[in-house]
This record gives sequence, C-alpha cells and structure tokens, in this order.
Amino acid sequence: MTATLTPESEEHSSAAGKNTKKSASLFDPSIVKGATWDALKKLDPRTMVRNPVMFVVEIGSVLTTVLFFQHLHDSSGDVNKFSGLVAAWLWFTVLFANFAEAMAEGRGKAQAAALRKTRADTTARVRQPDGTIIEKSSALLAVGDLCVVTAGEVIPGDGDIVEGIATVDESAITGESAPVIRESGGDRSAVTGGTRVLSDEVVVSISAKPGESFLDRMIALVEGSSRQKTPNEIALSILLAGLTIIFLLAVVTLQPFAAYSSAHQPIIVLVALLVCLIPTTIGGLLSAIGIAGMDRLVQRNVLAMSGRAVEAAGDVSTLLLDKTGTITYGSRQAAEFLPVHGVTEAELAEAALASSLADETPEGRSIVVFAMDRYGVAKTTDRDAVMVPFTAQTRMSGMDFSNGRQVRKGATDSVKRYCAELGGEVPLELTPITDSVSRDGATPLVVIDQTPGNKPRILGVIRLKDTVKPGMTERFDQLRAMGIRTIMITGDNPLTAAAIAKEAGVDDFLAEATPEDKMALIKREQEGGKLVAMTGDGTNDAPALAQADVGVAMNTGTQAAKEAGNMVDLDSNPTKLIEIVEIGKQLLITRGALTTFSIANDVAKYFAIIPAMFSGVIPVLNDLNIMHLHSPRSAILAAVIFNALIIIALVPLALRGVKFVAEAAGAVLRRNLLIYGLGGIIAPFIGIKVIDLIIVALGVK
Amino acid sequence: MSGSSLFFILALCAALAITVPPLGAYLAQVYDTTEGAKAPGDRVFRPIERLIYRLTRVDEKREQRWSTYTISLLAFSLMSLLAVYLFQRFQTHLPFNPTSATAVNPAGAFNVAVSFMTNTNWQWYSGEVAMSHLTQMVGLTVQNFVSAGAGMAVLVALIRGISRRGQRTLGNFWVDMTRSIVRVLIPLSLIFAVVLISRGVIQNFHGATTAHTIEGATQSIPGGPVASQEAIKQIGSNGGGFFNANSAHPFENPDGWSNFIELWAILAIPFGFALAYGRMVGDRRQGKLLITVMIVMWAAFSGVAVLAEGNGNPRLATVGVDQSISTTQAGGNMEGKDVRFGPAECGTWAGATTGTSNGSVNCMHDSFTPLGGLSTLSHMMLGEVSPGGLGVGLMGLLIHALLAVFIAGLMVGRTPEYLGKKVQAAEMKLVTIYILMMPIALLVFAAASVMLKSAQASILNPGAHGLSEVLYAYASAANNNGSAFAGLNAGTQWYTITQGIAMLIGRFGLIIPALAIGGSFVRKQRVPETSGTFPTHTALYGVLVLGVVVIVAGLTFFPALALGPIVEHLSL
Repeated sequence: MTATLTPESEEHSSAAGKNTKKSASLFDPSIVKGATWDALKKLDPRTMVRNPVMFVVEIGSVLTTVLFFQHLHDSSGDVNKFSGLVAAWLWFTVLFANFAEAMAEGRGKAQAAALRKTRADTTARVRQPDGTIIEKSSALLAVGDLCVVTAGEVIPGDGDIVEGIATVDESAITGESAPVIRESGGDRSAVTGGTRVLSDEVVVSISAKPGESFLDRMIALVEGSSRQKTPNEIALSILLAGLTIIFLLAVVTLQPFAAYSSAHQPIIVLVALLVCLIPTTIGGLLSAIGIAGMDRLVQRNVLAMSGRAVEAAGDVSTLLLDKTGTITYGSRQAAEFLPVHGVTEAELAEAALASSLADETPEGRSIVVFAMDRYGVAKTTDRDAVMVPFTAQTRMSGMDFSNGRQVRKGATDSVKRYCAELGGEVPLELTPITDSVSRDGATPLVVIDQTPGNKPRILGVIRLKDTVKPGMTERFDQLRAMGIRTIMITGDNPLTAAAIAKEAGVDDFLAEATPEDKMALIKREQEGGKLVAMTGDGTNDAPALAQADVGVAMNTGTQAAKEAGNMVDLDSNPTKLIEIVEIGKQLLITRGALTTFSIANDVAKYFAIIPAMFSGVIPVLNDLNIMHLHSPRSAILAAVIFNALIIIALVPLALRGVKFVAEAAGAVLRRNLLIYGLGGIIAPFIGIKVIDLIIVALGVK
Repeated sequence: MSGSSLFFILALCAALAITVPPLGAYLAQVYDTTEGAKAPGDRVFRPIERLIYRLTRVDEKREQRWSTYTISLLAFSLMSLLAVYLFQRFQTHLPFNPTSATAVNPAGAFNVAVSFMTNTNWQWYSGEVAMSHLTQMVGLTVQNFVSAGAGMAVLVALIRGISRRGQRTLGNFWVDMTRSIVRVLIPLSLIFAVVLISRGVIQNFHGATTAHTIEGATQSIPGGPVASQEAIKQIGSNGGGFFNANSAHPFENPDGWSNFIELWAILAIPFGFALAYGRMVGDRRQGKLLITVMIVMWAAFSGVAVLAEGNGNPRLATVGVDQSISTTQAGGNMEGKDVRFGPAECGTWAGATTGTSNGSVNCMHDSFTPLGGLSTLSHMMLGEVSPGGLGVGLMGLLIHALLAVFIAGLMVGRTPEYLGKKVQAAEMKLVTIYILMMPIALLVFAAASVMLKSAQASILNPGAHGLSEVLYAYASAANNNGSAFAGLNAGTQWYTITQGIAMLIGRFGLIIPALAIGGSFVRKQRVPETSGTFPTHTALYGVLVLGVVVIVAGLTFFPALALGPIVEHLSL
C-alpha cells in the first residue's frame, strides 16, 4: 500500500491486481531506520507516562543506571559488570517496546507522507451566485461553495458533483489507476479532494471544510495521530496497570521479608525482578498491535474512521449483505432453455440467439454465448435481417428476417400479449414452466417465433439465473461457525430471494427491501443486543449506515453515505465486510494472546530469580533453581535479557496479528490457550536457560 | 491414611453430595423475590418476616440501586461495629457476667468488633476469659448471624445484577439479609445446636465450675451457651469459638461425630450457593461449573494438608520417633492435634476452614508440617473462593470468573461477555480493584510487621516459621478467615489495630467493587448467545477460571511464601 499510494508513482498496481496490493515488507529498511530514531525520542517521560507498564520500566532503568555509577568504585568488577548489564538491558526493554510502536507508526507515516503531497494547496474556481467565477485557495473553501473543475485540474475539496459528468483519476487515494466516472445525481456523485479530473468539466458542491476532508482524516488515521484507545484496549490497559501494581507490591514487600530472613537484596536485583514480572511483553506491544490493526485495514483499502468501529467489527453478530454485487454477480445469465411440447432445445436455442442479437445487455449477451457454446448454434447469415432492439413499450427484443420470419423474446406478460395480438395461442404448459423458473429464483424470458402465414408459436422459456459468486457458501459457513448470521438484502420478490438465499447459504433474507425496511431490520436486531454490520453506497443507505454498528460505505457512493458510515472501502467491494470482521477479531485475539503469554512467562521468571536472590543466604532455596542456571547473577541477567528480547521477537506477530481461523469460540480459545498459555509457560524456561548458557560462555560469572 | 480416616473423608463427601443440591435449590427459592414467587416454609417464615419489616419499617417491595444497597450495608455494619465495641467496653456494668470479665481495652475491642462485624471472627483473646456471656450472646453471636446474612445478601445482589437486564435495582438489602437469617441461618442453627447438644456440646449459663482432679489439683472448668454459638459459628462461616481452643476444645467439638457434622456445616451452604447461582441465572450448567472449580481447589488444598500431616515429619523419623499408624496411635504429625482426631481429620478440617473463610480450628495449624501449613496459608491466599465464606466466597469466584472471561473474550476475538453481559472498562476497573485489595492488606501489613522491632517481638518462632506466622495472621485477617496459626501474640496494639484495618479492607474493599459490578451489569442488556460467544459452562472455561485464581494468587504471593513455608519445607 505504501508504494501504491504515492501519487507520482507510475507503478500503480494494475486494475487486475486490485485486491492483492503489495504491502511494504514487515521490516522495510527505511521504516526500521526511522523507527530506531523514534524509539529513542519516545524515551521522553512525558510520552512514556501514557504507557504505565513501560513507564515503570523506564524509571527502573534510570534507577539502576544511577546505582551502577554510584557503586562503580566501591564494587568488584563482576558486580559492576552485572549491574551495568542489567541497567543496559532494562534500557533495551524500554527501547524495544518503543521501537515496536515506532515501527507500527512508521508504516503509517510513510503512507501519510505520500498522501500529504496530494493535499497540496490548489486554486479553486468558485462560481458565485451571479454566475461569475472567482479564484480562491482551496484552503479557504467553505461548505456549499460551487467549484468548477475542468479536465486536468485537481478537485479542490470533498463534495458532490451537481452539474456534469467527468472521468476522475482517484489513484491518489485508492491506488487504483483506472479512471472512474463521476456524475451529478444518483449514487456516483461523490468526489474526493486531491483527485484529478481527466475529462470534461463538472461543478462540485463542497461538502467538507478544509482540514476536515477525507484526505485529512485519512492522513490522521494512517499516521496514528488521531488514534484513540479502543474500549477493549482501555479495559486491558486497566488490567495491565492493576497487574503492575500487584507486582510492585509483591516486590516492594519482598525486601522487608528478605531483610527479616537476613537476605537483604540490592535494589538493582529488586528492579530486575519487578521488570521481569510486570507485563512488559503486552505492555510494550499493546499500542503497536492497535496501530498495526488499523494498518492492516488500510492495506486492504479500508479506512476506518475510528478504532472503536474496527473493534465493533469483531463483535458483529449480524451481517447485512446486499445481494447484488456482493453475493451474486448481479447480472443474470442464461442457464437453461426450456422448450414447450413439440419444440426441440436446438430449435429454441436458435430462436433465442436470433432474438437476443439485438440485446446488448449482459443478459442478452449471455443468451447468445450460451446458445453458441451449449448448442453450437451459429449466428444467422441473413445479411438483411433487421434487429429489433428492446423498447420500453414492447419490452421485447428480436429479429425480423428477410424472409418475413419474426422472432421475439421478452418478459412473459409481454410475449403473451404479443402472441394474443397476432392471434396465436399460448401453450398450456407455459405458465407452469415460467412459474417454476420464478420459484427457483431465476427469471423466465419467453421466446416466440412467427413464420409468414403461420400463427405465432411460443417455443419455450429461457431461464436467466443470477449467479452466486464462487466461494460464498464457504464464507457464510465460516461466518456461521464464528457465530455471525448473514442476512441477504435484495429488491427481488420473496420467491426469488428465497431461492438465491438457499443457494448462497445465507441464514436469512430481506426481500423487496426498501431503505425503511433495512433500517427497521437493523433496529430490530440491535434491540436484541446484536451488533450489526452493513455496506451501502446510496444516499438512501445513509440512515441505515449511521444506525448500523459497523457501516462500510463504498468509495463510489455518495458523500452522504460516506459521512454516515464509520468505514469507507476504497475498492468499493462489499465482500470486504467479511475481511473487516476478521481483522476486528484478529486485533482482539492478538492482544489477548500476548497478554496470556506475558503473564504465563512470569512462572519461569520466578523460578529463575527467586532462587538466585536467596540461595546465597538460604542455600535450600537453590532447590527451586530447576533450570540449573549457572549463578545468581547469570540467572537474573538471563531473565532480564529474555524479557527484553521477547518483545523484539514478538514484534512481527504484533504487527501481523495472530493467525485467525474461522471457528467456534471454544475451539479458538483452546488453540490459543495451548499456544500462548501453555507455550507462554514453557518458552521462557527454554529461553532463559539458553541465554544463561550463552552469557556464561561470554564471561558473565 | 488409616481406613477409618478414609471412611471419614468419603462419608463427608457423600454427605455433601447428597445434601448440597437440595440446599442449593432451597437457597435459590429463598432469594426469589419476584412477585408471587413461593418458597418452602412461607407459612412459617412470612409472618415472622412481615413482623420484622413492620417493626423496622422496611418496605419490602422497594428495591435499591447498588449505591443504596451498599450504603444500607455500610450503615448496618457501622452500627454493628459500634454495638459490639460498646458491649465489650461496658461489659462489667452489664448483666450476664458470671466470670466478672473486665472491660476489653480499646484497641482490642476495636479488633473484636471489626472481626465479628466482618464475619472474620479472628480472636486475639480467650473467649472464656475476656468476654461476658452477654457480650458473647448479644454481641458476638448476633454478629455471627447478621454478618453472615449480610455476606449472603451481597452475593444475591451481585447475582441479580448478572441475571437481570436493563434494570437499575439489585433488590433490597434489608429484605435479603432478613430472608437469609430467618429462612437459612436460624432454622439450620436451631437444628444443628440440638444435634450438637446430643453429642455433648454444652449449653448453660454457668460461670466456671471448680473441679478437684484425682491428683488433687483444682481445675476451673468454664461453662456457657456453647452449642448455640457453635451452631452458627459453623453454619455462618464465622469460626469464632466460645473457647480459646476453638473446635479443638471438647466442649465445642466432643468427638468424631461432632467433628463430622461440624465439617459438613462449614462446607454445605458455601457449596450450595454455587448451585443456587446456576438456578438463579437460569442456567444450571453455570452453577455446576463453578461448584466443580470450587471442589477441585478445595480437594487439592485439603488433600495436601491431609497427606502432609499423615506423612509426619521426616526430621522426627530420623531420630527414631514412630509416626506410623497403629492401633494405639493415629500416626503422622500429631503435634498440636487432639488424639480424638488424627492427621486426616485435622487436615480435612484445615482445608475446609481455610477454604471457606470459616476460621475455626480443631488443631493448631502452627504445628502443621511446613507443607501442611503452606496448604492452609495459600488456600486463604487464593482469596477464599474454594468454596469461600457464605455468599462472599461465590462472590469472589464470580469476580475471578469475570477476569477469566475477559482474557478468554480477547483470545476469541470478541468483546468479552459473561452470561450475555459485556465486560468492559468499567467492570475491569472494579475487578482490578477487587483483586488488588486483599494483597495490599496482606502484604503491606505483613511487611511492616517484620520491619518493626516491636511487632517482631510477637513472633514466637524465629526464622522462616516466624514469617509464616505473620503471613498467616494477615492472610487470615485480609481474607476475613479468622483462623489463627497460633504462635503469634496478636494481642498487642499493633496487631489488633492493623489486623482490624486489614479485616475492614478485606471485607468492604471487596464487597463495594463487587456490588458496583452488580450495579453496572444490571443496566446492561443481554447480548444474544451465538457460536461466536465463548461458552462459560465448559471444562475449558473451568480450567481457565481455576488458572486465573491460582496464577493471580501464585504470582502475588510466591516470593513471600518462598521465604516462609517453602524454605521450611525445603529445609526438612
């Protein structure tokens, strides 16, 4: 995404590779460099204090450093080496956590920098009420200003086209190089500031104040500057702060107990113990996880207006999906020819093809293709044949051959009427056939053939079927496993809707849906405590988008829809909703997994540090040294180093997110508990032992 | 373990298995205050309750929000505190003082008042010497009832918060407490007292009887209304004995049978509440899961105590002491144990009394083997949830369950919810406060005690065992358990006052956040259950709850325990 967002970049991903945008590799050298510097800058206590866990570590680092220098002259070389190393590794712990956050932010910053270039001030030509045009800096535009934009110019601000039609290059924000058409009226009127008009001239009514435009929000978002903690993140932060207090308490009170046991401890050791116990792993990675989660959405070309919405996506229990374009391709395709008694399929196919040559709609073309592919029917060689295009009056298309033969195809009612007008008879079995086709959710088209001198003959029915996109059934199965109900929204009649719903495997459907119906459905679901997600693009979707807990507006949609939703999909791909849900869940799972891992780690750290602290005075406590660590100093140091390195080791996981598998909650928990709970208990035993062996080899005594 | 001991333990488990389910069902009915709900015994209890409500001017139909509920509880507790304090201070001027007990010193009286008001029943004094019969009956025994009743009421309020949706009120504190006392505590205590008397527990108003022993010495044998206090002492998870020796005294616990039924009385209602909970939230599986978690912890910690005591002391074995089981001796570590009860009976009791915040003892925990002592000490440090005190035990487990659900919720990728109620920042704040309070009270005062020369002087045994004694004293106070490790002279000003404060923190520092959680939950709507909802009745969740309880306590107390009982054990 980073690369594709650069407006000057000529290497936009092609239209074909639209959804497979390359994301910057996890450790892009330029980002790493920037992040390293930022990690140092973040040591500023005013910044650190926002993360209580890491702030405690920073205080500990300062304290150990001061003590190290204080006792530099009155301690032995080994003690100095130990104190110095502990202090250094505590600093590393803080820096690693800062680095993780800076890495996550760095990826966003690169995107923001690219976006900012697009936002450069432009001169807008504002049409006054009297028709005169004055020039104004785009930064001074007011809501409601009418700007005239001609080919080659950059649209000065967000708004709706009120006059004209134009092709617009939106690659600056969507990364999509193919130009799109934007026109006044209808659902494709929204334009975004910073995009370029390629042809024609349009008048845009400005709908966003400068500084609050879509691009501004997008920049703020990817930069993380406007990032607010999400509700679950706040709850988790509270728990982490609580755990920090508990461990502070355990360590602070340990000194009196130790003193009572004649085993008074150096402050450095107590600080080391404290830092090892408090949940630094999750504390250090928490904000990186949040930023990376937003980043993953941006990589999929979805802009979430708040982190809250992303989190809500993980909680969604009902998905409202529009049938057309989301579940089905939206264009009906010929699927079968159903001849009446006494007509062969080939005969019907030939007439169907002939009658459809004039039909330039996708349906018409699909009939031609189907007839040629399936029945080997060739197009007519009659050069004088006249094509009869579809009109609103006849509601039929067809062909008049030079020999006077006329074929027509059209909606059942129209053809029946046509047949009656010509004095023909409607075969008895026609109605059962058309009814059964309708019942299956398909659309029947009737074909009629009249040769001169004969009565018109109804040949049969073309079954037009709306095709369900491949893979949808599996997606819905996965969603069901995750406990999410999908409801298909369609304008079709209930019969058709039911058939498609069954084929696609959705749980429920809303047929003949009006915007009011949609709104009522959302409210009904919400009353039962469910969280609802939906996509929409039209202005009349806006109220429902606003009402839904997660409303994803299509970028092609109207400004009103984009304002109402809490996410915008730049690819305008309604199927994206499913991915958004998964990202929302993945975000929470990553936090939960690392929290569990962090706490589980403490068990091993106790077994490393407690015997190390006391076995000098109370030799029996060395029985707890089950890892057989070399010496008290090497044991404590190994625990501290492990504690620091694990943060760095988990940065990729934090940025990428824990692998998400669509399963029932119980199964997900079992797996994650095994990996991060049990794994979290075992991993540090191995890690600390290995580090102990290494540092002993390196000369720590 | 001897055959009879094994039989004793199995019989106890069987008795509990038979009686706890109906008890749970009964408890659920007792607290069903919905319009027109019927509970067994209404014909007897309703008139009594109506009379109480009329006399105290309580409108039983009027429900309270969590804040009012809490204020009612606090006001009631404050009045109780004052009453018990004044009884002790002025007992010389009041009737029923056959032993001419003198006024208790202010710090000591404060400690006792707090102790009985908070259902801790820690006793730094010898009951038979320091307290008049009036103080024992009207002060302490009354508190045995009402402090238990208050704890039960709090749990019921929390459960209503979980089960109700979109409401504001949690019930009426006065009604819940009255029903607890009238329908549960008094009837059970009445029956139980009679049974105890039949086993030889005394019930009279005598002062000391002077007896002449065969050896010619004179002996002063104290009398008093013991059975009545003993009954509620066990039923109400109080544990404060009439005598200093508590249930090791033959007048409180004369034989194996009384030992058996008293153990039953300690455990039955706390376990019963878990099953009642399942019924009250309309999903019995929830109750079954929580009782299973309770049983696993209780069995594990009791088991360690039973085995550790049964195995005896290896140091004694090396000097040739016979610790084996034979017809003449119970075997194992018999130091500090009465020959009426062997190590198994004492270990079982120790597990029951430390797991329920009861705190009565039938042997001296100070004399336990290090491992046995560790099991009782750490059992309390779990936060008294296995099964915990009356009401407050399940309350504690529910709070841990919320923490478990929070972690589980994150790990399945959904805002955590418990029984359809979302667990959000507000609840996590309260859960965190709840979890913090007990360790603060325990560790801060224990650490201060070993730092202060004057406080150190109270420690009987030097070294690691002394640390265990101090830790035990504050674990007992901060968890409102009340059992004593003995060995520590807790009658000094420092200990009476700081333990009093620890008991207050351990009671109200936990109850107030729990009620606030109830208040926060009760307003919430229920999120419908889907397969994306993490089920809270599965074994997996049980393991998680268990893990949360054990790991939170373990991480908090491991360093301190390492220097106390763990060092002792490793030194054996």
